[in-house]
Amino acid sequence: MNHLLRSLAPITDATWSVLDREATDHLVPALGARRLVDFSGPHGWQHSATNLGRTTPLTADPAVGVTAAQRKVLPLIELRSAFRVARAELADLERGALEVNLADLDEAARCIASAENTAIFAGFAPAGITGIAQASPHAPIPLGGECEHYPAQVAKAAEVLLRAGIAGPYGIALSPADYTRVVETTEHGGYPIFEHLSRILGGPIVRVPGLGGAVVLSLRGGDFLFESGQDLSVGFERSGDTHVHFYLEESFSFRVTTPEAALVLPAPHTLRVGG
Amino acid sequence: MGVDQYHEPPAELSAETRTFARLSASLTEESEAIGWYAQRLALESDPEARAIMRDAQGEEFKHFCMDLEFLLRKTPVWREIAQGILFQAGNIVEHGEAAEAAAEGGGSHGPAGGTDRSPDGSVSLGIGSLKERLA
Repeated sequence: MNHLLRSLAPITDATWSVLDREATDHLVPALGARRLVDFSGPHGWQHSATNLGRTTPLTADPAVGVTAAQRKVLPLIELRSAFRVARAELADLERGALEVNLADLDEAARCIASAENTAIFAGFAPAGITGIAQASPHAPIPLGGECEHYPAQVAKAAEVLLRAGIAGPYGIALSPADYTRVVETTEHGGYPIFEHLSRILGGPIVRVPGLGGAVVLSLRGGDFLFESGQDLSVGFERSGDTHVHFYLEESFSFRVTTPEAALVLPAPHTLRVGG
Repeated sequence: MGVDQYHEPPAELSAETRTFARLSASLTEESEAIGWYAQRLALESDPEARAIMRDAQGEEFKHFCMDLEFLLRKTPVWREIAQGILFQAGNIVEHGEAAEAAAEGGGSHGPAGGTDRSPDGSVSLGIGSLKERLA
């Protein structure tokens, strides 16, 4: 048995399949950052740290004539989001009910996906993770005013990256609000903003829950590295009188190897990018 | 380009799964070569030719073991079963049944153990990279 304790849950394999499918259905559209960064793994639950290939010299020598250095690593973080399902709903599921209330699972999926997105773009200092937006050395280009101005601002961002020697294709991460505006808006003449941005970038326009503003970044690969220990999984926590308690869980590290491969376009009302 | 080792569209498979398939195909090829040399050695009478074939077969033993070790490292549940069977004295079938039962009891594969879709045997929803799907 592994640490997820799935075989101890008082539910059948068929119900596990329903929970897994529901979780996946809500996670995939919400994991926007994964559409823009390199993914390595999963390397397993016991994978604890990312090798950074660097050392820290130790001031104390272990013996005369012997020096020592300590390896630098980036420890993985564990994210967990708890949810529960009513026993009555689980019983209905077994009877073949199609519309069961899994709202708590859906909310847990939204929360953990948003947390992953935020760690990737805004960083997570307690875990030593520097986000893409934090690392970018370029002067931000504020997303100004009307949505019709976005193509000009995004083109300027792509030009900055190109001048810095960062090849495309490029993608853009947008906050849910900005993504909706882009999808809904057409320029004068009726040309959709979405299509215009796609032509400028050559890569995807991605809705990223947890992000404020926008980030244009290169998709050439090797610049933004997400290392998965245990990929998102559903585990069993405990049984209660009225509910069964579960959780979504993952472990990962994230690092930026080329800070100049991204440029931040902060939302005008916040002038910052982050959760 | 040979893609015969794939049974699904290669473009839809992750890089890890493609590597896993390549090494699985390599394992099969090494095993076949070991069997071929066994047949040739059974019939060949020339001592010098037999020495060359024994040497070549030894290379295949090595290749097979390296392939197998790579695949086992990527597949914990396979490794767990292998540990119950390989290098054990006694009844091979009994060891196999016991190792399989122990692995299944661990919930590390199958519906009760998650919807793992990755070759490393980790228990997860199998979401993995989403960047590749857009590329």
